[in-house]
Amino acid sequence: MSSSVNEPSRPTEGRKLGYVMAFNEAVRQSMEADADVFCAGEDIGAFGGVFGTFGGLQKIFGPDRVVDTPISEQAIVGLGIGAAATGLRPIVDLMFMDFICVAMDQIVNQAAKLKYMFGGTAKLPLTITTTGGAGLSAAAQHSQSLEAILCHIPGLKVVYPSNAYDMKGLMRACILEDNPTVMVKHKRLLGTTSIVPEDLYEIPLGKAAIVREGTSVTVVAYGRMVAEAVAAAEQLAADGIECEIVDPRTLQPFDTETVVNSVRKTNRAVVVHEAVRFGGLGAEIAAQIQEEAFDYLDAPVGRVGAPFSPVPFSPTLESLYVPDAASISAGIRAVVARPLVGA
Amino acid sequence: MELSTEVQMDLHRRMVRIRLFEEAAGRLAEAAKLPGFLHLYVGEEAVASGVCTALNDDDHITSTHRGHGHLVAKGGDFNRMMAELMGKSTGYCKGKGGSMHISDLSLGMLGANGIVGAGSPIAVGAAFANKYRGRGQVAVAFFGDGATNIGAFHEAANMACALHLPIVFACENNEYGEFTPRDKTMAITDIVDRAAGYGMPGVIVDGMDVVAVHEAATEAVARARRGDGPSLIEAKTYRFYNHHGIRNLGLSYRPDEEVAEWKRRDPIFSYEGHLIEAGTASAEQIEAVWEELRTDIEAAITFAEESPVPTPDQVLADVYTLRSAS
Repeated sequence: MSSSVNEPSRPTEGRKLGYVMAFNEAVRQSMEADADVFCAGEDIGAFGGVFGTFGGLQKIFGPDRVVDTPISEQAIVGLGIGAAATGLRPIVDLMFMDFICVAMDQIVNQAAKLKYMFGGTAKLPLTITTTGGAGLSAAAQHSQSLEAILCHIPGLKVVYPSNAYDMKGLMRACILEDNPTVMVKHKRLLGTTSIVPEDLYEIPLGKAAIVREGTSVTVVAYGRMVAEAVAAAEQLAADGIECEIVDPRTLQPFDTETVVNSVRKTNRAVVVHEAVRFGGLGAEIAAQIQEEAFDYLDAPVGRVGAPFSPVPFSPTLESLYVPDAASISAGIRAVVARPLVGA
Repeated sequence: MELSTEVQMDLHRRMVRIRLFEEAAGRLAEAAKLPGFLHLYVGEEAVASGVCTALNDDDHITSTHRGHGHLVAKGGDFNRMMAELMGKSTGYCKGKGGSMHISDLSLGMLGANGIVGAGSPIAVGAAFANKYRGRGQVAVAFFGDGATNIGAFHEAANMACALHLPIVFACENNEYGEFTPRDKTMAITDIVDRAAGYGMPGVIVDGMDVVAVHEAATEAVARARRGDGPSLIEAKTYRFYNHHGIRNLGLSYRPDEEVAEWKRRDPIFSYEGHLIEAGTASAEQIEAVWEELRTDIEAAITFAEESPVPTPDQVLADVYTLRSAS
């Protein structure tokens, strides 16, 4: 089980590295360590990927290990499945998270189910990497947050790092996984940096991080929403509201235990994500909190997410659409302000 | 191509194994002893047998919803196959896959597949891995005429050619995509016409002639193995039964006379005539093959019927590979 992996303690000083390069470094060092690891995807070779995520790797490992593919998302995922089922450890890239929809049969009907349908005989060490989220005026087909769809499928694991340190350790864990795993990068986090150890390390999948300790309310946020939640928490602290921010880091399997333990302490919870609220992961997390910690709750679990519309193009509309520190603060205040019944 | 007696008898034996397995499955389905859907391969035996005799044990194949024949031809075990069809714990997939997901990775058989066309991209992945490791293995994607109309096939064929992979695309053109004739769903007569569009050679073979299929496959596999890239074989064939189940006559979508005409070209009986005429085998020897395999299939039915059903814990087992088990 992944839980047997011990996460190294997070360094407080050392080299700073960007989110993209943390990804790139985990891939490079994993390819150096294991000849069965290869990468395939659109424009990842000579060009290095549209966000530079695979930059320089083809120069090091050659075109047979860093493979430029046709624009064929079904075949890209199929390539990964067939290669994984016959003994390699592929990393296949789908340029934008929206494009998983093009490859849905291979992801949902094939990769996720192969092991189960074959009675456990198949092992599928496949990592699918992609880039999600809004914030670049990329409009409705290049900005979605579709993680809830993936988390709904038994057989898949889903990872969504919020910072460069987690990125390197989680990407390493994805590559070592013997299951199909989707690694989602957020396009607005690509330039963010944190202290990242130079050696390879693994952050176990399914293990949340407490990003900020607090006593007033538990805020569950992932991906880019972690930084926005932290900014909101700093504003709220001035008013004596102390947020405890939990970043699940892995969305499937979900670390319910860490979230519930926090809620038992704070008695209130708000779930934040960039995806639309309806049917989003927040609905599942809120349901789990009330199932596991109903007697500890002093208020209904709050949800902050995008409205029920496609992602708009205009920067004016897009900034209204995506949750930010201000809307997260408002969501938290509403939950914290609710008086206890009979109080 | 001069085939040894051993290969000729191997071709025959594989076809008879498929026929007996499928006829038995059909009878069991008729008696309501098999749960789920059943897509029988009867009539198309020469294709799987002719292709798989051209492969090594460590070569890979992907299959279709009509997949029993491919597994039998790759060396599948009757007992485990029959148990799987009955949903028993001793089946190939512990009773969790059934007819449409039957597989044996140790034989390089990467699964029957309930999604039309979905096997081809996976075969491309196996071919990629084979080239990557450089051990001379090849992959064969089996698919039907209907699958060439779905995007996954197009992506797979193009990618295989772009990456110059060791793969053979083996099309079983049985003239019907489920219940709709080919000429209603595509404007070409021969699937092989599509090969040129991807930059690979293609040949048409008589899919009722096991030797013709074997010879075409041998050439295509050799081509892939020596690094000359993908090719396509279109085997013109016919399923003797309905898309699913065991009816064959009185179907609204295909005329009884057409079924009768194709059955006159039965790939097994015509081949047996050839074997006897050429003096390769006597009628007695051929009958002995049937007898031996009938015994095997009866034993497999007994094995499957007597096997336990899966235990309740199997619902949640095998969803994920656990780290400690790897």
